[in-house]
Amino acid sequence: MSPLLDIAVEHKLGSFTLDASFTSDGRLTALFGRSGSGKTSLVNVIGGLIRPQVGHVIVDGQVLVDTRRGIFVPKHRRRIGYVFQEARLFPHLTVRQNLLFGRWFTPKAETDGKDLPAVLDLLGIGHLLDRRPTGLSGGEKQRVAIGRALLARPRLLLMDEPLASLDEARKAEILPYIERLRDEMAIPIVYVSHSAAEVARLATTLAIVDQGAIKACGPTAEVMSRLDMARLPGAPEASSLLEAKVIGFDAEYGLTRLETRAGTLQVARAGLALGSTLRVRILASDVMVSLSPLDGISALNVLAGTVAEIGERSEAGAVDLRIDCNGEMIVARLTAKSVAALALKSGSPVYAVIKSVSIDAP
Amino acid sequence: MSDWLSPEEWTAVRLSLIVATTAMLASLPFGVGVAFLLARGKFWGKSLLDALVHLPLIMPPVVTGYLLLIGFGRRGPIGQFLYEWFGIVLSFRWTGAALAAAVMGFPLMVRAIRLSIEAVDRKLEDAAGTLGANPFWVFAVVTLPLCLPGIVVGMILCFAKAMGEFGATITFVSNIPGETQTLPSAIYTFTQVPGGDAGAMRLTLISIAISVAALFLSELLARFVGRRIAIE
Repeated sequence: MSPLLDIAVEHKLGSFTLDASFTSDGRLTALFGRSGSGKTSLVNVIGGLIRPQVGHVIVDGQVLVDTRRGIFVPKHRRRIGYVFQEARLFPHLTVRQNLLFGRWFTPKAETDGKDLPAVLDLLGIGHLLDRRPTGLSGGEKQRVAIGRALLARPRLLLMDEPLASLDEARKAEILPYIERLRDEMAIPIVYVSHSAAEVARLATTLAIVDQGAIKACGPTAEVMSRLDMARLPGAPEASSLLEAKVIGFDAEYGLTRLETRAGTLQVARAGLALGSTLRVRILASDVMVSLSPLDGISALNVLAGTVAEIGERSEAGAVDLRIDCNGEMIVARLTAKSVAALALKSGSPVYAVIKSVSIDAP
Repeated sequence: MSDWLSPEEWTAVRLSLIVATTAMLASLPFGVGVAFLLARGKFWGKSLLDALVHLPLIMPPVVTGYLLLIGFGRRGPIGQFLYEWFGIVLSFRWTGAALAAAVMGFPLMVRAIRLSIEAVDRKLEDAAGTLGANPFWVFAVVTLPLCLPGIVVGMILCFAKAMGEFGATITFVSNIPGETQTLPSAIYTFTQVPGGDAGAMRLTLISIAISVAALFLSELLARFVGRRIAIE
């Protein structure tokens, strides 16, 4: 079984060289990197907006580009949806006409007429149909753009920083829709971002892009907790991603209890449904390490584990540790002095004291 | 109205309108095509084509008219070909006047359309491509509608130029009342005869009225079209 995405390309753009290869089977593959790292060029290659000089692009078994065999499928025959950073809605068409634009060109299917209501419902844009793009808010435009790409029945959806031009409130408005897209539609997504929070919340597979090359690619939690990745310029701070389930509430103090494989966590967050699953992210700098269980400490969450890996000392004198807590990796950032003072080495039993837990998914 | 204008004057007005409208409509597809080539094309001889299109703008109109006479006259290479294969005669006919007017108005039309094509956001065309539209459809349903204001302006400019065209017309198709005598030629004729002042003034007023009407119409159209495609 070939992977869903199989990409290996080389392309020179002026002084910049894109030399990237990765494969992915993820429902949502995030390409993460700072601006100028080549993320957008890479999705443009997948979408057919850039013709790579050397390499191949294979999506779901179909060869879209293979320079050795002289194959290059033009963008309009790829059936790859593309949601751009700016919505790029057609200003001379209404929202309805924008949404149905791709419909004129895609082969007819039995689901005709059924998926417009489904997409309108999924994205909450039914009330905008007769408006023109000019009058829409940034968030509305972006949702229409997503709907427009979906209705062209793509086999793959590319999203190039779809939230980057929006303010925090609008981002919060759209993120749930992208999650529903990931979970409810059978369309794999490639998502470009330079926001660790977005990636932690959305991605099932994470690829780190730096200077035109893929530095790492794998399950999100694994890549995010890799100590060598955290040292790349522009990489997300090393952090731990845990799958958690809401198991109870502490009404008096407004706390929610979450069960994870590593242990129980209490977070100050209301409004979560009992029994729902979510992802929590713990930044390495929010974790302290203790050799013995602590008394008289304000932190609520302490997880027991053993040191699995000690990273290299950074220029700033910090050292990242991976702590194996019942199979989940918790990353902690300590000073080199503390590591020496506690005589930490691989296998040392420790307690990870967690100062703060961020919940990236509702 | 018909009392106010003599039948000959009335004929000149009607002929002028027909000639200018024909010139505008007939050159429109070519204008769009050439403008697109100049705005987007990368080919050898592009600056040559550009210069050729703009030549009537800089040459004396009489020279353009004379070149048309040489090329499209009954014995001219193109004129002969058109007559033998299609039975089309241009010299000393109103169709010739339309050709002269079209040639003179063409650079103005191409310029306006070219500018508006260059202003179209290529990113929108890319977006249309990823939605499955092939290059032809991208042009037809995205590029063309988005440069409609420029096309309207180009058409009006071409029409106005055609209404006022004198030098090339009189050189190529002469000044035959009822066949090639357009408004400017008629005014010129009036000024050449004693007591023609009144007639010249009447036609001048009509000429002004038509120009102003065309200008208003273009404003109106441009605003209507512009509102529909207001770019964010």
